[in-house]
Amino acid sequence: MSLINEFTKGIIKENPLFRLVLGTCPSLAITTSVENGLGMGVAFTAVLIASNIAISTMRSIIPDNVRIPVYVVIIASFVTMIDQLMHAFTPALYTALGIFIPLIVVNCIILGRAEAFANKNPVIPSIFDALGMGVGFTLALVLVSACREVLGAGTFYGIPVLPESAPAILMILPPGGFITLGCLLGLMNKLQKKTA
Amino acid sequence: MQEYFIIIISAVLINNIVLSQFLGICPFLGVSKKLSASLGMGGAVSFVLVLAGALTWAVQVYLLNPFKIGYLQTIAFILIIAALVQFVEMVMKKYSPPLYKALGIYLPLITTNCAVLGVAIINIQKEYTFGKVMVHSLSHAAGFTLALVLMSGIRERMEDADIPESMQGTPIALVIAALMSIAFLGFSGLI
Repeated sequence: MSLINEFTKGIIKENPLFRLVLGTCPSLAITTSVENGLGMGVAFTAVLIASNIAISTMRSIIPDNVRIPVYVVIIASFVTMIDQLMHAFTPALYTALGIFIPLIVVNCIILGRAEAFANKNPVIPSIFDALGMGVGFTLALVLVSACREVLGAGTFYGIPVLPESAPAILMILPPGGFITLGCLLGLMNKLQKKTA
Repeated sequence: MQEYFIIIISAVLINNIVLSQFLGICPFLGVSKKLSASLGMGGAVSFVLVLAGALTWAVQVYLLNPFKIGYLQTIAFILIIAALVQFVEMVMKKYSPPLYKALGIYLPLITTNCAVLGVAIINIQKEYTFGKVMVHSLSHAAGFTLALVLMSGIRERMEDADIPESMQGTPIALVIAALMSIAFLGFSGLI
């Protein structure tokens, strides 16, 4: 029961992007199309699960005062693996995400989960926590990128959805990222107040 | 000379690290409420960014490339940055207590600032020489400080504005950033 709880909390109640406002850099930069958003979300989730498992397994042998550097090295190793895998198997996505794949290392969500959850809990709950956070972050990325792609390019996952018209190119340019995320955050706050 | 000038203009204005490359958004949103704090953060980031740019370049050229271990780039760079931040903190504490007092609280945050790692990686990707690396890092640092200072100036005035409750804080800051980003888009015709 509590495992399901660990999983669902990351999706709505503690959604890393909308509720905790962590990991804003990639969620602004690569959300120009749903495909990129989804790709980033999956890569991110994979790193998060792997690092949560590793850190949770080693939590009793990592000395407390050097734990942050240890976490960073563990995370960086997994990011390197994902980086190489994506380079080999999804070259198009690799080019589209570019510098933001190595930058998963400094994504505060991963270090945050390591510090807040994985170093205090056993392996199985940590996996569910990582899954929930990963899915939550991926959904948030897809939502932001859907808004931007539909308004900015008139397509959804590459399929045209809007009738023939001039799309608002601004939405897929940098300002569109800021304004979409700002409005979505405001909307989330409003919705939460209503339910609370 | 012209090459250097183009690097400077493009890094400070056209490809501003915060407003068009989306690096270092966390401090941009978090520490931009007061002008003095944003100056402090800008100073600390600039310092680390330039040092890290030089060091990571040296490691890439003299260590990773000769031994053909380029795939270790991410791990090597993040370790260098983390160690550098710690080292700068210690040196500052010992030799310049006033500076430490001003920048101290921002230093630990810089390790997870994607601007530092981002610029280090861009430096390598563009295959700059050492001189260009320094100019490029310095201009990005200036661009970061510029964006932060402009943002805090606007936010200090926003204090009195009547903002809908659910838009207060981060959401409205993002909308301001969007408007600033539109303004910076205007520079793209410069080169």
